[in-house]
Amino acid sequence: MARYIFFRLLQAIPVLLGTTLLIYFMVFAMPGDPILALFGDKTPTPAQLEALREQYHLNEPFIMQYLRFLGGIFVGDLGTTYSGQPVISVLQSTFPVTLRLALIALILETVFGIGLGLLSGLRKGGASDNIILAFSLLLISLPIFVIAFVLQYLLTFQTSIFRPTVGEGAPWGDLILPGIVLATASVAQIIRLTRTSVIETMGQDFVRTAYGKGLSRGRVIPVHILRNSLIPVVTYIGTDLGVMMVGATVTEGIFNVPGVGRTLFQAIKQSEGPTVVSFVTVMVLLYLILNLLIDLLYAVLDPRIRYVK
Amino acid sequence: MKLNRIGVGAIALAAASALVLTGCSTSGDNNGSGSGDGAGIVTANGSEPQNGLVPTNTNETGGGRIVTSLFSGLVSYDAKGKPRMDVAKSIESSDSQNYTVTLNDDRVFSNGEKVTASSFVDAWNWAAQVSNKQNNSSFFEDIQGYNADADSPLTGLKVVSDTEFTITLNQPVSDFELRLGYSAYVPLPKDATKDITAFGEHPIGNGPYKLDGDKAWTHKERIKLVKNDTYKGPREAKNKGLTIVFYSDLGGAYADLRSNNLDVLDAIPDADLASFQKDLGDRAINQPAAIFQSFTIPERLAHFSGEEGELRRAAISHAINRDQVTKVIFSDTRTPAHDFTSPVIDGYSKDVEGSDVLNFDEKKAKELWAQADAISPWSGTFQIGYNADGGHAGWVDAVTNQIKNVLGIDASGAPVPVFSAFRQEVVNESIQTAFRTGWQGDYPGLYNFLAPLYATGASSNDGKYSNPQVDALLKEGLAATSIEDANKKFQEAQTILFKDLPAIPLWYSTVNGGYSNKVSDVVFGWNSQPIYEDIVKK
Repeated sequence: MARYIFFRLLQAIPVLLGTTLLIYFMVFAMPGDPILALFGDKTPTPAQLEALREQYHLNEPFIMQYLRFLGGIFVGDLGTTYSGQPVISVLQSTFPVTLRLALIALILETVFGIGLGLLSGLRKGGASDNIILAFSLLLISLPIFVIAFVLQYLLTFQTSIFRPTVGEGAPWGDLILPGIVLATASVAQIIRLTRTSVIETMGQDFVRTAYGKGLSRGRVIPVHILRNSLIPVVTYIGTDLGVMMVGATVTEGIFNVPGVGRTLFQAIKQSEGPTVVSFVTVMVLLYLILNLLIDLLYAVLDPRIRYVK
Repeated sequence: MKLNRIGVGAIALAAASALVLTGCSTSGDNNGSGSGDGAGIVTANGSEPQNGLVPTNTNETGGGRIVTSLFSGLVSYDAKGKPRMDVAKSIESSDSQNYTVTLNDDRVFSNGEKVTASSFVDAWNWAAQVSNKQNNSSFFEDIQGYNADADSPLTGLKVVSDTEFTITLNQPVSDFELRLGYSAYVPLPKDATKDITAFGEHPIGNGPYKLDGDKAWTHKERIKLVKNDTYKGPREAKNKGLTIVFYSDLGGAYADLRSNNLDVLDAIPDADLASFQKDLGDRAINQPAAIFQSFTIPERLAHFSGEEGELRRAAISHAINRDQVTKVIFSDTRTPAHDFTSPVIDGYSKDVEGSDVLNFDEKKAKELWAQADAISPWSGTFQIGYNADGGHAGWVDAVTNQIKNVLGIDASGAPVPVFSAFRQEVVNESIQTAFRTGWQGDYPGLYNFLAPLYATGASSNDGKYSNPQVDALLKEGLAATSIEDANKKFQEAQTILFKDLPAIPLWYSTVNGGYSNKVSDVVFGWNSQPIYEDIVKK
């Protein structure tokens, strides 16, 4: 088990090197001159251009820029943004916000997704099953920005239950609305996954045996049916957490959440190499850790799975 | 080896919660900085400054609005763009070339340090050096000693006493006093340039506001300013402070304004342009801005040089129905151009000689085009290049369609994916089409709209236009001893520009914005930014 974890972590090293190299190259190859763009419609003097290119090491060949970045990582220096801020402090201020947002969305989608999915699976073909299925279909078919705008309009202008955008320091309360938006798409997926999985498990022999032994529904459903149905759902939720950590660009933009997605989007637009690569590096790291956690959770959910190597 | 599955679960749970908890704890620091959102604090929209808050390095509006709130120069502008004395008690010159500046004796930085003649002279000298990489260094180019290519002290600046210094320019500059209100010309405290990066993070100024404590600036989120009680001058704040919130999406900012969570907004999202005046009633703002928009057809393009080019440019200008585009595409948030400057600028005139080339006239357009064809028959497609990430597609398509219909030629837009790539193609002259150009005034003077764009070899002369007559008139205007005489020369220069059309004027932007029901006395200045210090919070 410990060996297994060790090897998985060892695998992470080449993955990280590969992704950073790739991303750095892509940022490098992006069209346009980020320094010129800093001046808007005005044109800087050649001496100014030269001085700024030098400051951000933009006149060095690609491989030198990349090695400089890699070297910096080991001394905790990820470079600076064009506004002169260390990238590391940008990471420190944005990741917690996105993490809180993701957590809210995660709790919502897990509770509602698994709850409704279980209900729907147990009452297969019934009225509640049909209603839940139709509801999830509706959620899947709506693009996330439509949901965001509609909820923002209904819940802030019409009823002022929430603030339209996130306030100072992105407190938990303000993140609930974007959290709901972020959760909607995944809720539908989780409902459907849980439902299918529950129906499949209900047909298994061990469920019949459990009932045959005289166990109550209150015992059979959570312990025998639900737990055995959760493996695909957990996999989905795990990857979804990864996606939410990196990809809430649209939602964060609409609600002005000072998180990872919004910041990364701006950095990409400005061709801010060090910021983009640092963010992606942390994201890859998060993905790897989350995937490892999911694999470990399998063993908890299903005792037949063991990691011996 | 087999691990207890409860154990593994516990580890996973612990790891996950550790991840979450660290997330929560670091974020706690963001709250509770400074004295917080108290009553009387005005909130306004903005964007994260592109550089540290160093006045001589700030050349975009995100940082600009903060820098102008934190610092005050020798003069400051009133709402109409007229300069009035601020730190200076008087600025005197008999020949527009040698200036004597006397300072008010009672001005201090927010750290208590006195604002002296050296605070100006040292700051300007520092900023003018190439090795200090200040974006605004070219603002010092007229001062004696300036060199754009190498470090060289500004010998034209001399400290006479604590409250007096003299400025000697390379040539007479009639609008020099007007320029001095721009944020590049503010003073800096003594130790600022020792560690300019640190200073840019925690600037100490002499303006109507100061930073609200050490943690006032939460990067990419907001910056909190409070009234600077030591400021004496015409811009004293009538509110207790100013919080500028950085929005990534205007839609969110507009939503905040409508629910009164944001006090002042100086831009309206495109989708709401048609309805914002109805939404906000008398709290809506729609007034002209010092922003001029055009497109440039460089001489190097085939068929656009010499006499043929002159005819074709005039034909294209006559073929554009500016009224229609500003009405239909922009819902009247642009006004058709009548010159190369802006209506908010002192000296502006709607009827500069030659400006009828901007009138929509199908017949004339066809005639001129036919005359050009007689010189050399037209071939190919006429295209206007633009950056696709800036919302320009609508008007470019409309304008090229008009050209197509009136002149009977192929015309279309030529989008370049991102702004940085577009500017690169323009600057290194690899763009093979006409391209959109624009200018936002640095200071409210005609010269600022003409010289940087159309003087031979000027920095933002993207079309590489050159006409000795224009150069001479601009120079004569500068050498005039009064602004009125100067403006006459500048208008004469415009008459030549109307003939040459180095850029085809399209329209002026207007500033669209609004304010919440919690504030009053909201006025937008000549530079399209709210005059924050005059806003009264109810």
